[in-house]
Amino acid sequence: MTFVGPVVNIAWKDLILEVRTREVVASVLVFALLVVVVFSFALNSVPDSVRDDMVPGVLWVAFSFAGVLAMTRAFVLEKEKGGIQGLLLAPVSRDAIYFGKMLSSLIFLLVVEAAFLPIFAVLFNFTHFSPWLIVVLLLATLGFVAVGTLFSAIAVNTRSREIMLPVLFLPIVAPVIIAAVESSSALVGTGIESVSPWRWMGLIGVFDMVFLVGCPWVFGLVLEE
Amino acid sequence: MKLIGRLAGGAFLPLVAALMVLDLYLIFIHAPVATADHRFNLQRILYFHVGIAWVSLIAFTVIFIASLVYLWKRDDRWDALSHSAAEVGFVFASLVLITGSLWGKGIWDRWWTWEPRLTTMLILWLIYVAYLMLRSFATNPRQAARFSAVLGIIGFIDVPIIYFAANWWRGLHPEVVSGPLAETGSLDPTMRSVMLFTALVFTLLFTYLVKQRMSVRSMEDTLRRAKYTFGAGLGRRQS
Repeated sequence: MTFVGPVVNIAWKDLILEVRTREVVASVLVFALLVVVVFSFALNSVPDSVRDDMVPGVLWVAFSFAGVLAMTRAFVLEKEKGGIQGLLLAPVSRDAIYFGKMLSSLIFLLVVEAAFLPIFAVLFNFTHFSPWLIVVLLLATLGFVAVGTLFSAIAVNTRSREIMLPVLFLPIVAPVIIAAVESSSALVGTGIESVSPWRWMGLIGVFDMVFLVGCPWVFGLVLEE
Repeated sequence: MKLIGRLAGGAFLPLVAALMVLDLYLIFIHAPVATADHRFNLQRILYFHVGIAWVSLIAFTVIFIASLVYLWKRDDRWDALSHSAAEVGFVFASLVLITGSLWGKGIWDRWWTWEPRLTTMLILWLIYVAYLMLRSFATNPRQAARFSAVLGIIGFIDVPIIYFAANWWRGLHPEVVSGPLAETGSLDPTMRSVMLFTALVFTLLFTYLVKQRMSVRSMEDTLRRAKYTFGAGLGRRQS
């Protein structure tokens, strides 16, 4: 309980704050929609058959950018209102702070994705749904928040944090984006299936495990001072 | 002891310079041409390309080790090493992309292709960019050191995963081209030894540049401290 308790409490605090302000989920959802709208403008001249093959790619572009935006918010309020000082003074380990913040970001992003998928399906005529897509979504989102929580804590302490987070975050999660696009394409039956979706999921799983161990390990060093 | 060190330091630059001239001779005159290919002279870029690519990977390994030791010991010298290796490594990583593109334009008739090694190298280059940006956007030197050490470690762990992903992503697609490094297997012994020698020379050049950058950095620190002390004194006098 000494570890799980603080983790749940920190995540709970973020969730209550979100329910009261509705800042993150609503703004990230709108942003993801805008990305998709811009994409449909960009893909206007592409024939419909090709466009259908590009759907998983468009989806993951939207989720990647939505992830960046959601992660930017993770530590902004803590920093602006001085909440981070309170968290650091509280008698909990730095790992608990990391996992608490990660859990709340994970929930926010999953809510956004759950709300976004039906709208996306309508806009892009995306009908080949596979239940395994949810597994890909869970694994990839876990990878995003595992790395994102660490880099968000770094970026918020630098000048021009809005630029810093995507620059740090996107190259590192590149394997997750590649694997997520490839496995979703294979699952919905578009694109060239060079490697089976299960192996891609395995790759995301390995990424998640490596960074769920590595990121909390260095997270404490980021917060000190 | 100090004198020997200084002499060795003074001899290092002429040594590297001489080896580089020798290397140019080996690459352009000694190494045989691949006659099977009508664009034979173009493949000489590969000697540089492979050597530079090797150094850019070595540089990231140096960053990783220096970052780990810095976080463990909190000694500024390790931070200076990792920062200097990153700056020099960034130049080398950029050169890998440039020499690779030049070669690719000649052989494949395109500047770029999303081949696994190229993709991995581009992402590695982006991580170098992120590292240097992070240092310049940090609010104080101590924070820059800590944050960039964290990125140095996370980035290094990520590189094999990126390579795996890129390899699966493109590797099993019908192979239109073979990457620059794939050629080493079919090299004749002379070409192979010239390539290894080039890698060695570039590693020495990298060592020299990092050493130089570290001493410039320590001068910068001295200057900053002096300015701070002097500037503070001046401020008091004026007020």
